[in-house]
Amino acid sequence: MSWWYKLLEVLPFEWAEEGRMIFMKNALLAVILLSPVFALLGTMIVNNGMAFFSDALGHGAFTGVAIGGILGFVQPMGSAVIFSAVFAFLVAVIKNRGKMASDTIIGVFSSTAIALGIFLATLDGKSFARLNSYLIGDILSITPEEIGFLAIVLAIVIVFWLFIFNKLLLVSINPSLAGSRGIRTFWYEVVFSCVVAVIVTVSMSWIGLLVINSFLVLPAAAARNVARNQRQYHFLAVAFSLISGITGLILSYSFETATGSTIILISSVIFFFTYFFRKRFA
Amino acid sequence: MIESKFHENSCRQECCGLCCTKIENFGVTIGSTVILENVNLHIHCGELTAIIGPNGAGKSTLIKALLGEMPHSGSLKFVQSDDDILKAPVMGYVPQSINLDISSPTTVLDLFLASRSKYPAWLIRSKKEIARVNERLAKVRAEHLISRRIGALSGGELQRVLLALALDPVPEILLLDEPVSGIDQNGLELFYETVSDIRKAYDLSIILVSHDMDMVRKYADRVVLLNKTVLKTGLPDEVLGSDVFYDTFSLKWQKENRSKGGEAI
Repeated sequence: MSWWYKLLEVLPFEWAEEGRMIFMKNALLAVILLSPVFALLGTMIVNNGMAFFSDALGHGAFTGVAIGGILGFVQPMGSAVIFSAVFAFLVAVIKNRGKMASDTIIGVFSSTAIALGIFLATLDGKSFARLNSYLIGDILSITPEEIGFLAIVLAIVIVFWLFIFNKLLLVSINPSLAGSRGIRTFWYEVVFSCVVAVIVTVSMSWIGLLVINSFLVLPAAAARNVARNQRQYHFLAVAFSLISGITGLILSYSFETATGSTIILISSVIFFFTYFFRKRFA
Repeated sequence: MIESKFHENSCRQECCGLCCTKIENFGVTIGSTVILENVNLHIHCGELTAIIGPNGAGKSTLIKALLGEMPHSGSLKFVQSDDDILKAPVMGYVPQSINLDISSPTTVLDLFLASRSKYPAWLIRSKKEIARVNERLAKVRAEHLISRRIGALSGGELQRVLLALALDPVPEILLLDEPVSGIDQNGLELFYETVSDIRKAYDLSIILVSHDMDMVRKYADRVVLLNKTVLKTGLPDEVLGSDVFYDTFSLKWQKENRSKGGEAI
């Protein structure tokens, strides 16, 4: 990591000086890694109208953390990843089978998951407070080892994403059309849901359950206001995500606020700005 | 690859009886509702077969079942002219209506690249692929639409684009589900002309669900009257002039009128 700290010394911030505020530098690297991946996945979430679904995935992940806590894992990440992937799979299956509106199904699953999570977490009179970090998130607490782990997960997601993007785009345009071209639409939806579930779960403790969905949805939504093709859509989403991530982190340092929320506020500003100027681009 | 095997007009004259699609005993039941039963059809290569029928007759269901999207009984057999081996045919499909998110930043080019390219459509767009897409669009007189967003196309434009997409790769069976509304008369005429050209240029079976009897009369080679099952098949004039056609569409008045020597619809 020393190369990274060295690199940052060129920045004109007091925290960027040599040997100071290592946590800030770690957090900055984490934000730079996380933002593009969230933006890319977000583009498809917005394409598919899955914003509510991805929100529910966060709830599933939270329940996973609670279950992990009960089972006595020190780091409940493993159980959380498995639980939220299973949760995503179940929602996708039931959504596909049933005739009920999918937002109803997602609402049912989402509330059940969060209720179960809180139930398990407070069992035997335990205080909920120790889980607050999952709700608010604390990216400043990220360690170099965790950044390494994150980088590996993100690299896998990106490679995966490049392979399945075309198919997912077709499915999002029209499932029958995709089916006629030999795409097994249901399985692509399941795989995509699981990928989002994993990424949300892994990043939850740093970004915070309450705002993580905005992290996925906002950059893509803003890019959609002005993009005229898929290429612009993706590049703009990544750019908006990086800009809001980096400036959000730096501002949160100045204002001493929670980083996740500060980042989201910047994204919202970008969203509303692009929203009001969208006619100029369209 | 199919293009190399099939040369243009290879079987217009004589082999059409050899290369055909057999739909045998097709049936679709959803819950306890029988949507289709005992559907038996022979579809010949190089012919445009129009499927007509009243609302709820199961026309779109038949298309979905043929695509394998809906569970069904019976079988679909495809026999090729050069050998007798049965195999799963390559299908092309133009959906009836696609609920597009009109704000979607997906252009016609994106749509084609997503369907055809090995690489992610947003990241890599090779010149070769773009040229190919242009060529495909030119076949349906839509090359000017390549960088338009699909949400900004008119009904007729979108349908031609989807047709071009269904023809890439050239399928053995082309399934067209004509929209009930949203396309003006000129657009419809242009669409039928294009389909008609395609039938002549490639050796493929076209199955078209249609609502426009004038177009059917003008362009279809064979007509299938469907209402839960096949009521009548034959040449357009045979089917559109038959009693069962008038009964199915409850056109009593026209039927009587016709027997008095009046003009049919």
